[in-house]
Amino acid sequence: MENDTTKIPARRKFLIDLSNGSVLAIYGLSYNSISSCKQASEEKTTLMTTDGKLVQVPNSEIEEMEHLSHGASPKEARKGIPGKKFVMVVDLAKCKNAKNCIEACDKHHNLTPDRPYIKVLKMQDNEKSAPYWMPKKCFQCDNPPCVKVCPVGATYKRTDGIVLVDNERCIGCRFCMAACPYSARVFNWGAPPEGKLDIPYSPETSLPSQIGTVAKCDFCPEMLRQNKLPHCVTSCPNGVIYFGDEIDDTVTNGEETVRLSTLLKEKAGYRYMEELGTKPRVYYLPPVDRLFPFEETTQENS
Amino acid sequence: MSKSNIELQKFRTKRGKRLLTHLISTSLQYKLWIAFLLLLIVLGLIGYYRQLRYGLVVTAMRDYTSWGIYISNFVFFVAISLVGSLFSSILKLNKNLWARPLTRISEIIAVAAIICAAVIIIVDMGRPDRIFYVITHLRIQSPIIWDVIIISTYLVISILLLYISLLPDIALCRDRLTEIPKWKKTLYRITAINWHNHPKQIAMLQKVNKILAIAILPVAFAIHTVTSWLFATTWRPGWDSTNLGPYFVSGAFMAGAAVIIVAMYFVRKHLKLSKYITNIHFDKMGKLLVLLSLVYLYFNINEYLGPAFKMVGVEGEHITELFVGNYAPMYWFVQLGGLILPIIFLMFNRFRKPLPILIISIFVVLGAWFKRFLIVIPSLQHPYLPIQGVDESYLHYNPTWEEWAITISSFAWLLLIITVLIKLFPVIPIKKYKQGSETIFKQNIF
Ligand code: SF4
Ligand code: SF4
Repeated sequence: MENDTTKIPARRKFLIDLSNGSVLAIYGLSYNSISSCKQASEEKTTLMTTDGKLVQVPNSEIEEMEHLSHGASPKEARKGIPGKKFVMVVDLAKCKNAKNCIEACDKHHNLTPDRPYIKVLKMQDNEKSAPYWMPKKCFQCDNPPCVKVCPVGATYKRTDGIVLVDNERCIGCRFCMAACPYSARVFNWGAPPEGKLDIPYSPETSLPSQIGTVAKCDFCPEMLRQNKLPHCVTSCPNGVIYFGDEIDDTVTNGEETVRLSTLLKEKAGYRYMEELGTKPRVYYLPPVDRLFPFEETTQENS
Repeated sequence: MSKSNIELQKFRTKRGKRLLTHLISTSLQYKLWIAFLLLLIVLGLIGYYRQLRYGLVVTAMRDYTSWGIYISNFVFFVAISLVGSLFSSILKLNKNLWARPLTRISEIIAVAAIICAAVIIIVDMGRPDRIFYVITHLRIQSPIIWDVIIISTYLVISILLLYISLLPDIALCRDRLTEIPKWKKTLYRITAINWHNHPKQIAMLQKVNKILAIAILPVAFAIHTVTSWLFATTWRPGWDSTNLGPYFVSGAFMAGAAVIIVAMYFVRKHLKLSKYITNIHFDKMGKLLVLLSLVYLYFNINEYLGPAFKMVGVEGEHITELFVGNYAPMYWFVQLGGLILPIIFLMFNRFRKPLPILIISIFVVLGAWFKRFLIVIPSLQHPYLPIQGVDESYLHYNPTWEEWAITISSFAWLLLIITVLIKLFPVIPIKKYKQGSETIFKQNIF
């Protein structure tokens, strides 16, 4: 997203990018990135390891691990992507609880279904009003209570607006969980489900997760660094989630790219519980003129 | 030590004999008591080992109820640690001479409680191995850091208060107790740090004591107020209240006074100190407890009336849950059995006798513990956004055996520290000095 955000290609292109640019992991080898990947023979592939050595690995030993892309180190991850202010807009009129976002997020963050980062909540503001689905993740608040209460600076706000958690710093006091008014945080109560992942830890991917520390939706900064959209945005079949940059004033749901200000103005965008003063970076568009009827179970989510 | 020790040991005065005998004779009862406490501690250690090994998943805490009985127990310990300041500061500075014999017990309880509070908060951490990050990576705007700072300050002052007022008595033990094992002699010799009742030393001691007595007061208020801020700085129903500081502090004084009464009863019974801890003490403590409970009642009404009147959103849900919902039995037990009924009973003379007041105080202490449970846990179960899409187990909180074992063993630790300190040092201040015009000789006359 270095260039103009309006030039962001369609979601289909993203999916292609995703599989092309995916990181390969080799059995028994850990590494950060691959700079060379060419076929040496029919059976072997030359790869570069983290320390710059070229190695040949039989093709049968190469496994594709597209969801384990590498993010910045804990130190770099504190800085944020220069010149950006990421925002998200969720159009409640389009959500039919397909739950693809949850699935994609769980997959890429190695989460078990019982404690996802994203929840699609069934909301009903009062008895008379119609129920609607509300996808909810961390709001990346601009005045984040979770960051204020953290005793060790394990959770922090970056210049690009993203709030991240450093699992190598977190002492597991869970004060941030008590402080977050939106219940956005989950805790690694036991050992991570994936077992030991042999990749270096990055707060940008929240992987590998560590026992006794806190975690939450991270806005997928490692995707943003590659000029790609977060997984939840690209996986939504109904284009519910718009993502973009406040400075550029553009957001896209992968299919259409629109001006953020126009969208918020025309569709009366709001932020959840504005009165708390947390200044979320996630906006909602009210569930009016809905595309789908409200159904508890549909083909997609059952 | 056998009986012969007591026979061999010569006491100059009857008073000395009464107050020092328990230091040199060990009853079977005492040994059994210690063994019992150690057993509980071992159970707790097993629970904690499992928690270290498998993570906090062995507890019943989950993403919504993310704080459980460890935290409520922590608040309880902080609360009862305030009692030290009540006696060594408030009552002392007000020249309540009757309370003097109780000063040491209260200081011992304060030290033990604050140590246990510090330990239990480490038990609650997901990553106890990173405990020193709170020093190396500290961020001062976090209320946790304020709590760390104030708790360590209070710990230091409490230990100093206890130790400095003990000095003359340790010296006395060093000089008078002949029939004690060598390690005890060494202990007294070292801890008495060359105390010889020199007038200069006495003057200094009294001065230091006074400074500490004054210094501990704001720190004591701060420690529980800051602990209340751990809650009041969030948006949870029941926590998001400006009333929380005084509410916590007043509740702490009430719980502390009740703990002192329980301790008085058992110390008096087992160390045969009815000459020093008299019915008058129980009577006065009863009246004090009524007073403190009334203050707490006032803040309780403040805490619940406003929200219950307005019934706004989650705050209303929370109140409903407490008043008539799942937590109602516990809530009404705490409010009636642990607050209202004790106030009513203790207004009558005949309930301020040792046994009735012991029973009432036990109810107050139990009420105080469960009150902390009610402060911490139900609030977490009423977030702004509905709880959906999570595992069934996330919706309730029933502490697991590991949590109970650890919590009970934290009480065993508390009692063990108290018991050992009482066993090693005179529990009633023995040495008396003239302090200005005031003759302290009269202090233990009751
Ligand atoms: S939604 Fe919660 S976790 Fe996310 S930034 Fe805001 S307060 Fe922090
Ligand atoms: S749980 Fe971790 S991230 Fe949250 S406040 Fe504690 S140390 Fe900070």
